[in-house]
Amino acid sequence: MSSKYDVLVIGGGNAALCAAISARRGGASVLVLEGAPKFYRGGNTRHTRNMRCAHDAATEILTGPYTEEEFWEDLLRVTGGQTDEVLARHMIRESKDILNWIVEQGVRWQPSLGGTLSLGRTNSFFLGGGRAMLNALYLTAERLGVDVEYDAEVTDLVIEDGMFLAARLKRPIRGETEIRATSLVAAAGGFEANIEWLKQYWGEAADNFLIRGTPYNRGSILKMLLDKGVQEVGDPTQCHAVAIDARAPKFDGGIITRHDSVVFGIVVNKQAQRFYDEGEDIWPKRYAIWGRLVAAQPDQIAYIIFDSSVVTSFMPTLFPPIAGQTIAELAGKLELDPAALEKTITEFNAAVRPGTFDHTILDDCVTEGISPPKTHWARKIEAAPYLAYPVRPGITFTYLGTRVNKEARMQMADGRPSANMFAAGEIMAGNVLGKGYAAGMGMTIGSVFGRIAGREAAKHARN
Amino acid sequence: MHGTRILDEADRLMTVCNSCRYCEGLCAVFPAMEMRRSFSDGDLNYLANLCHSCGACYVDCQFSPPHEFNVNVPKTLAIARAESYAAYAWPGALSGAFARNGLVISIVAALSMAAFILGFAALNDRSVLFGVHTGPGAFYKLMPHNAMAALFSAAFLYAVLALVMSVRAFWRDIGTPIGGRPDGGSIFQAIRDAGELRYLHGGGVGCYNEDDKPTDRRKFYHHLTFYGFLLCFAATSVATLYHYLLAREAPYPWWDLPVVLGTLGGIGLIIGPVGLFLAKMKRDPALLDEFSYGMDVGFIAMLFLTGLTGMALLVLRETAAMGPLLALHLGAVFALFITMPYGKFVHGIYRFAALVRYAQERRTAA
Repeated sequence: MSSKYDVLVIGGGNAALCAAISARRGGASVLVLEGAPKFYRGGNTRHTRNMRCAHDAATEILTGPYTEEEFWEDLLRVTGGQTDEVLARHMIRESKDILNWIVEQGVRWQPSLGGTLSLGRTNSFFLGGGRAMLNALYLTAERLGVDVEYDAEVTDLVIEDGMFLAARLKRPIRGETEIRATSLVAAAGGFEANIEWLKQYWGEAADNFLIRGTPYNRGSILKMLLDKGVQEVGDPTQCHAVAIDARAPKFDGGIITRHDSVVFGIVVNKQAQRFYDEGEDIWPKRYAIWGRLVAAQPDQIAYIIFDSSVVTSFMPTLFPPIAGQTIAELAGKLELDPAALEKTITEFNAAVRPGTFDHTILDDCVTEGISPPKTHWARKIEAAPYLAYPVRPGITFTYLGTRVNKEARMQMADGRPSANMFAAGEIMAGNVLGKGYAAGMGMTIGSVFGRIAGREAAKHARN
Repeated sequence: MHGTRILDEADRLMTVCNSCRYCEGLCAVFPAMEMRRSFSDGDLNYLANLCHSCGACYVDCQFSPPHEFNVNVPKTLAIARAESYAAYAWPGALSGAFARNGLVISIVAALSMAAFILGFAALNDRSVLFGVHTGPGAFYKLMPHNAMAALFSAAFLYAVLALVMSVRAFWRDIGTPIGGRPDGGSIFQAIRDAGELRYLHGGGVGCYNEDDKPTDRRKFYHHLTFYGFLLCFAATSVATLYHYLLAREAPYPWWDLPVVLGTLGGIGLIIGPVGLFLAKMKRDPALLDEFSYGMDVGFIAMLFLTGLTGMALLVLRETAAMGPLLALHLGAVFALFITMPYGKFVHGIYRFAALVRYAQERRTAA
């Protein structure tokens, strides 16, 4: 392994591999440093399943067109306008070609998975899921001659005046070393697995967060870059967070700990009180707000309460629901105040107005006279046994990042562009995602900016 | 809770997989799983036999070991599959011993039968055994045709009876409604799926065997083995028709249909099993059910020996080696027949039944 590369890529997920492949195809020698062991390579990519790309016509696997304009409107809506329009529109435009480019790198698509019909038009699913996608990218990268090191923990970056010179590396066996490269692509993700860092913004509540990805997403590269003069972007408290089963492991529970039963019941906190409209919008659109909602509740815990009439209405779950023949019995098992839970459910049931239930549309099943209301799909909870899932905030990734331009080139705190440092993926997602989320966007950001960063990094190295 | 530890584990995995579903494009197992929310013993045995062991779901799974969820579908279903062969075997008492000692039993059976035929011939006339025989009826100098036909018909019919009883039990267990009959369309679909090994390709990427690269060639070797077997079976059937309908006795000239079919099939039965055996030797232990090693290798060995002795017989049939080779060949075929209902052969029968069931489910769901 030669000691100086044209392009050094730090990170091992979708963005990193797209950058590595694109730099290698651009004629550069490339080294990828993945901090995790081989099995856990790829950060959050190993848990993903699809990517949101604009396309003007239906494809073999996409049921209809999804124009750039519609993508932009969706982004505008979920972020409430907190996005960089120039960068976001550029990404959306580039996403069209990614649909083909990523296939050229060995990734295969399949139609939307069972239970995800609502994404069939907008999102392309990876055959075999995110780890299969990663495996394909690694095979391609290795075939092209990209060097990859696992368990490669970068301990320091040597940066002078916005210019990357070298990375210091701690290898498990061979010890400390320094790797020089002409360009750097930082694609090492966010800091979601770094509980201490999360605590800076969330306080002790962060102890109750579950992290959906690997324990290796500690944000150490992000921190080094920000400390060494790269301009920060994004709100440090913003992240993609969903409500996941409280029984999930602390790290790497992935997608299977999620719940999509919220719209079929009510959600109460540990005081057995409802706190948000469970029927606000079609589930996938509101999927990603519930992590923050639960994070704001006492002890960061909540309970989805429903009854036996709806158990087959949603995907089967990894953990079985907790059941009680009476509401009081269920409350006992959840360690909630039985009287309080009975009161909440009785009041909710009394407020339910008759309607025609249809979970595929915004139906007319509503409550009246309670706060918060349930504005769709409101049905009485009355068919024993009564069931519940305990949920906690599950943090997917954080939005604090490094500011970049359309070339994926990092911007320094003084406003100047870096000479040779590029960023892609979650480490710069905050440029596009000020807040909110729409399914599959993380992978779009990774592939689009990864490809750009690799290309630009190679171009710089060869000049 | 299920009857066995492996079915409990298969149930746990299907619960994990059913809440993920990333693998649904890889094969038939996961779409079939998605049609269920809970899993009976019959459901799990159905899914286990639907699995072709392509290995893709293991390589693609974010929860495979060393992850704490410890999801290893290929290995778990391989063990469940082997146990299902024992569970449905008829009569049940013969199944367990075979699973453990398949190779030894097959070889002992083949050699015993060969010794019996040799002894039978030698008792009659030693010079016949090592003599050079040519022309029609040469084989029957060793053993009269009717004796040979009676012996092998009995072995074959026994195998068919035992297989029918076994697959009936399997079908009753995996079917809803119980005892429902398969329809023609589903059977036709299953013939196509089995004939091209549609689900032995990792959803299009390829299969995995020794590592995480989709470079596996088992599909190719399986085709050689399976179609080789069918060609040999066809050769025997044509020869039987020649014998009884046209009164033409074996051996036949090299250009005649039974010999052409047998030669092509024999080549497949030599190369195919060797390829499959070498693939098994190289297979990642993480994917392998090491307990059914004897059963798997026993079947591969019997197919290989059938092919090898048959081809040797063809080449050397006009020499003094014909007698002993014919005895060996007949011994191998006999052992193949009588071990069929208890050995790896049944994988094809159960997998075919599972594919019929799957085709039925797809039609019902559509």
